[in-house]
Amino acid sequence: MKLAEVLATKGPGVACIAADAPLAAAVAELAARNIGALVVTDRAGAVAGILSERDIVRAVAAGRPLDRLTAADLMTRDVICGRLDDDLEPVLAAMTEGHFRHLPVVDGGVLVGLVTTGDLAQALLRSLAGRLVTLELRLETEIDQSGVGR
Amino acid sequence: MTALSPLRIAVIGSGPAAMYTVEHLLAAPGIDVSIDIFERLFAPFGLVRYGVAPDHQKIKGVTRTFEPLLHDPRVRLFAAVEIGRDLSLDDLARHYHAACFAAGAQSDRRMGIPGEDLPGSLPATTFVAWYNGHPDAATLAIDLQREAAVVVGVGNVAIDVARILVLTPGELRRTDMPRYAIDALEASRIREVHVLGRRGPAQAAFTTPELKELTALEAAALRIDPAEAALDPASAAELERSPDRTLARKVQLIQEIAAAPVPCRPRTIRLRFRISPVELLPGDDGAVAAVRCVRNRLVATPAGAVAAEPTGEEETIPAGLVFRSVGYRGLPVPGLPFDERLGVVPNRAGRVIDPATGSPLPGRYVAGWLKRGPTGVIGTNKPDAAETVRCLLEDAAAGILPAPPEPGPAAIEALLRARGTPWLTCADWQRLDELERAAGAREGRPRVKFTSLAAVLEALGRAATAPPRP
Repeated sequence: MKLAEVLATKGPGVACIAADAPLAAAVAELAARNIGALVVTDRAGAVAGILSERDIVRAVAAGRPLDRLTAADLMTRDVICGRLDDDLEPVLAAMTEGHFRHLPVVDGGVLVGLVTTGDLAQALLRSLAGRLVTLELRLETEIDQSGVGR
Repeated sequence: MTALSPLRIAVIGSGPAAMYTVEHLLAAPGIDVSIDIFERLFAPFGLVRYGVAPDHQKIKGVTRTFEPLLHDPRVRLFAAVEIGRDLSLDDLARHYHAACFAAGAQSDRRMGIPGEDLPGSLPATTFVAWYNGHPDAATLAIDLQREAAVVVGVGNVAIDVARILVLTPGELRRTDMPRYAIDALEASRIREVHVLGRRGPAQAAFTTPELKELTALEAAALRIDPAEAALDPASAAELERSPDRTLARKVQLIQEIAAAPVPCRPRTIRLRFRISPVELLPGDDGAVAAVRCVRNRLVATPAGAVAAEPTGEEETIPAGLVFRSVGYRGLPVPGLPFDERLGVVPNRAGRVIDPATGSPLPGRYVAGWLKRGPTGVIGTNKPDAAETVRCLLEDAAAGILPAPPEPGPAAIEALLRARGTPWLTCADWQRLDELERAAGAREGRPRVKFTSLAAVLEALGRAATAPPRP
């Protein structure tokens, strides 16, 4: 299974915020959408970073002046991006090991979505459930045709 | 009767995603449903009938799970009726509270390389449809008088195509393949089938039973180069991290086959890894004569997956037939939004989303390949459909499904009659099924399929009243 499949059922669009947006706007956006991270974009629309609730929690704990900060001040830079063609399982393993929960997905340099470890785990579970159903179907057919249980 | 009793639902398509949708709807507790299934072909079950290989009758046997759903008194079948041609989305909105689109992915992905459209190069999906007697492909002429074929891709469809190309007459005659395909394959001159995988054994999408089958063919040997079966460092790391033991078993089997002596058989399937076609080259007759390929190395992507990168080292494989098996692709449904990049109807967990507003389109749902893209096995559609049905039932309970002006079950029949659109019912399908099985029994085969609507209508004694459509 590829990241494209995970994105397909998440609906179009990615929650983004401009790098120079005030932090309050970012917090409002996170709350309104009930999500845990925003992709921070530069003026050209390219991925500049990710601003997650953890980044904000850290700033609060450090007593930083929240009313004077922008999204760019708190965002995580050097963001790792996935591609539509990336296989789900190794990506989930890398995210779990690397302790990052949000992965922007790009296609030809264009931001096309964002997946979380939760999305990937759910997709993996669905895929495994599907394999199980298929195995059960095969087993039922074998049993029917072999006459076992009659 | 309240506006929602019964809840009138149109299901578009009758393949696994559609049938699991029906199953989940019928099983929903405390809700009275009335379901009409619209199938554009004359026979139900989609890719089970027209995609699963004809020598895989046990897998086709899944229809025994689906058949009883068609006979449920709450379900009606409208076969040979196409949404977008015979009925519009507005027609559905006038007659149903909700419509769930589960019509699958009816096109193929392209390789995007020069020569792709040369004669002799075709989508694997077209070949699959042809050997399964799909009415859209039954009249194609496929030239099997070539000595070598290339199959691009290493999914189960690619493996099916390679295997079907080398079956013996004895193996072919045990299938429900149409007579024209058996005749063409019996007369085939193909001796070598090259199956090309862009990446390595650890990324191949085929499953282990399908690979094993290639080692047990009557007249064909499977050959794998031990150097190509060996894992590169990126794949070895991926395999090390994966908890999926079936993957480790598959890689082990590939390496065992590569190391074992190759049996002497008249035909060969060469399973290749880390190689991509870059151009199809024409021969003197203008048809494809060879495939120029590049060998790949595998590299870890930033997000931890493994991707192929061309090395520049080239190889040319002579072949007069090329089947591209790099994936199916969904086609837009007239009137519904479509995501060209992903080849799906934009949706959130099965609710169709209007990309302009980001909000759900009331009463519109999607399941299966049209929802998530063309991946997974038959059973994948069960949890997939369950999710869509959950959304639909939540919306029904929340009172946000639009009330149709004409919810009576007779109204849609009257509309089709008024338009002169004949349709086949579940009883018609039952009769066709009996006729196909009886014809099969006479030849010692599972069934002999009807491959045209004209033949179907004639067999049902309806030719005079219902002129066949293209």
